[in-house]
Amino acid sequence: MSVHQVLAQLSDAAPSMLASAEPAGLLPARQQMALSLGWHIILACFGVAFPAMIFVMHLRGIQKKDPVALELAKRWAKVSAVLFAIGAVSGTVLSFEMGLLWPGLMGAFGDVLGLPFAFEGLAFFLEAIFLGIYLYGWGRIPPKRHVLMVLPMAVTGVIGTYCVLAVNAWMNVPTGFRIVDGEVTDVEPWAVLFNSHAFAQSGHMWLAAYMVAGFSIAGVYAVGLLRGRRDRHHRLGFLVPFAFATIAALAQPFVGHLLGEGLDERQPAKLAAFELAETTTDGASPLRIGGVIIDGEVKGALDIPYLGSLIAQGSATEPVPGLDTIPVEDQPPVNLTHWAFQTMIGVGMLLMLAVLLYWFMRWRGRDLLDNRWFLRFAALGGPLAVLALQSGWVATEVGRQPWIVHGVMRTTDAVGDYTSGLWWLLAASTVLYGAMTIGAVIVLRSMARRWRAGAGDLPSPYGPRPAEAVER
Amino acid sequence: MTLETAVAAALFVGVIAYAVLGGADFGSGFFDLTAGGSRRGAQLRTLIDHSIGPVWEANHVWLIYVLVTWWTAFPMSFAAAMTTLILPFLLALLGIVLRGASFAFRKHAETLGQARLFGAVFAVSSVLAPFFLGTVAGALASGRVPADGHGDLWSSWLNPTSLFGGVIAVGTCAFLAGAFLTADAARGGQSGLADRLRTRSLLVGLVTGAVVFAALVPLQRDAPTLSAGLTGRAAPLIVLSAVGGAATLLLLARRRYGPARLTAVLAVSSVVSGWGLGQFPWILVDQVTIAETAGARATLQGLLVAVAIAAAVVGPALLYLFRLTQSKEWAHQS
Repeated sequence: MSVHQVLAQLSDAAPSMLASAEPAGLLPARQQMALSLGWHIILACFGVAFPAMIFVMHLRGIQKKDPVALELAKRWAKVSAVLFAIGAVSGTVLSFEMGLLWPGLMGAFGDVLGLPFAFEGLAFFLEAIFLGIYLYGWGRIPPKRHVLMVLPMAVTGVIGTYCVLAVNAWMNVPTGFRIVDGEVTDVEPWAVLFNSHAFAQSGHMWLAAYMVAGFSIAGVYAVGLLRGRRDRHHRLGFLVPFAFATIAALAQPFVGHLLGEGLDERQPAKLAAFELAETTTDGASPLRIGGVIIDGEVKGALDIPYLGSLIAQGSATEPVPGLDTIPVEDQPPVNLTHWAFQTMIGVGMLLMLAVLLYWFMRWRGRDLLDNRWFLRFAALGGPLAVLALQSGWVATEVGRQPWIVHGVMRTTDAVGDYTSGLWWLLAASTVLYGAMTIGAVIVLRSMARRWRAGAGDLPSPYGPRPAEAVER
Repeated sequence: MTLETAVAAALFVGVIAYAVLGGADFGSGFFDLTAGGSRRGAQLRTLIDHSIGPVWEANHVWLIYVLVTWWTAFPMSFAAAMTTLILPFLLALLGIVLRGASFAFRKHAETLGQARLFGAVFAVSSVLAPFFLGTVAGALASGRVPADGHGDLWSSWLNPTSLFGGVIAVGTCAFLAGAFLTADAARGGQSGLADRLRTRSLLVGLVTGAVVFAALVPLQRDAPTLSAGLTGRAAPLIVLSAVGGAATLLLLARRRYGPARLTAVLAVSSVVSGWGLGQFPWILVDQVTIAETAGARATLQGLLVAVAIAAAVVGPALLYLFRLTQSKEWAHQS
């Protein structure tokens, strides 16, 4: 299908889209994207945030001649080698899927949204290069130079996050092109790269990455502390990632709020779904916690008067535009979007309160690392941060539907002309991702077990014995 | 040179780099697969771990570079190729995913059983990934991808040109890996291992060279446009590839492993360049040319800026990594 045909369809009146049945490949393509993106984003968080934590630990190790810190940095580097490898390949899956699953999007808008990806590729290049240098540089590069080799990865994490989120921001707030007579024209790739929405969205994701990685790594050491391994190794291993996660968790609500500013103008349907605003109220809208819309009626929600307008609109009088202002064919799945959004906020708030409590008690002279209930909660911090992350992505992605490019291209027009055979791909991918998850868990757990047993290096089991290594 | 051609050339540099650098990593899987039982193959497998460990992820990024440049600069042809060749692309992707994951898992496997499982997956997927990418190249080059996409799901890549493309891809990967691994073994002082690798590399080189030149015959019927290009405009590159291949065999035979790596790279980069020049100016042969499918000019210019920045920033870093891995400190196994 040519650009022209795609866009000719687009400019057709929307109701005709409703009348036509959904393409057979649409639902499996969506689920496939959700699976592969949802799996990759967790590893991407480690790719973005782990290097800075390793850097701090490594630097402490060599500057203060702290063997505990140095050992932690060494182990984290080995763990990151495993995580980054599966992160690299699961990211590659997404590059392919952009074209395989969404040829309508890539064919029509590849040259509009491509430039940020080019710079993301550049960042990924640098990350992979310095990963190789850093991982294999232990004992081979002078220590003071070696520790600096992990730093570029923290920087490329920022750039990579920005570039990918610039594309996603563009999908929410398309810019940098015009459509004239059904043809995409006047393409301004730099306007896409630096679109107004990219900064806030990437900041939100960048902080999320530090929350996921920070709480997850701290959680590992919280479990160790719970099991009675109360040494300095575990306290330090907890504190450094927890400190990173703390800063991120405290900043996140503000960046998230900033991101939501003006959503009523940009994507009113998404805002209405977030707020479960079925009808536009007279005067201020309530904050609606929980609840579902069934047959056009809100049920089971807890309404707090005024708060909805205050948060979303920054006004005590202006209502949140309700779904009654949006044509039915342009509405996203409301309940899923609403619940995902509120789960993200709820879990994010919980994590923020937990870190506040920890540092407050510490300031009062009590270390909560001695409290089993706090440790139990900290052990769940990683999974909770992942839940918030996934909920946030579901909220923004499902909330953008039925559009893939808001107001410009519907998801039905982006998907390939495939049959329901695409479900087999989803089934196979589920098995593959399941197997990779199991493989990673087995390997990482066995590494931890051997480290606890006192092994320093982890030689490969098929490696030649020392006597055979030196060949005559 | 037009703007479109310049971007296509930049894209193709990525294809060559991936074929050579990524190819050598995939080819290591072929030697891993044929290394023998866990006792006999231990030394070679350790060498492979050591040899590709620091570089495979960086080399892998060339693939991302190619994909991103392709969809940004030539979006419609990208969508057409993806929808037509979804099966070989997915199979190659499966190989790429399993290769990377199992390589990382094997390195830190605890038991011999685990290492064997991950190792087998690593080795087999390392052979499959280039095969399917080779079939994709054959499909593009033989005019099997219609301009509007959604071509035949099967015959587009199960045809003589594609199958030769797949076999040649596996062969060239193994040939490169053989040259690199032999040199690495010799440099690390493992002369017995180097001798074993030398014999195998010679064998792989002879077979691959024979297949490349045998392929020229069926290509005349199956891919006439490409064939005309290969025997016409691109003929010097094919000759150069033959010279490079022969020189590699000679150097390997004489145990001059260092220079043999260079001639092997020359042979493979020439034959890949020959394919590119042979099908120029088509992107999808007989269907769409570079100029016809090119995206917006502003984007093409932006891409060239990105490529220039990449050359200035990534280039030195990449050279530093390669220099480190070839230095004396890194030759000793940790």
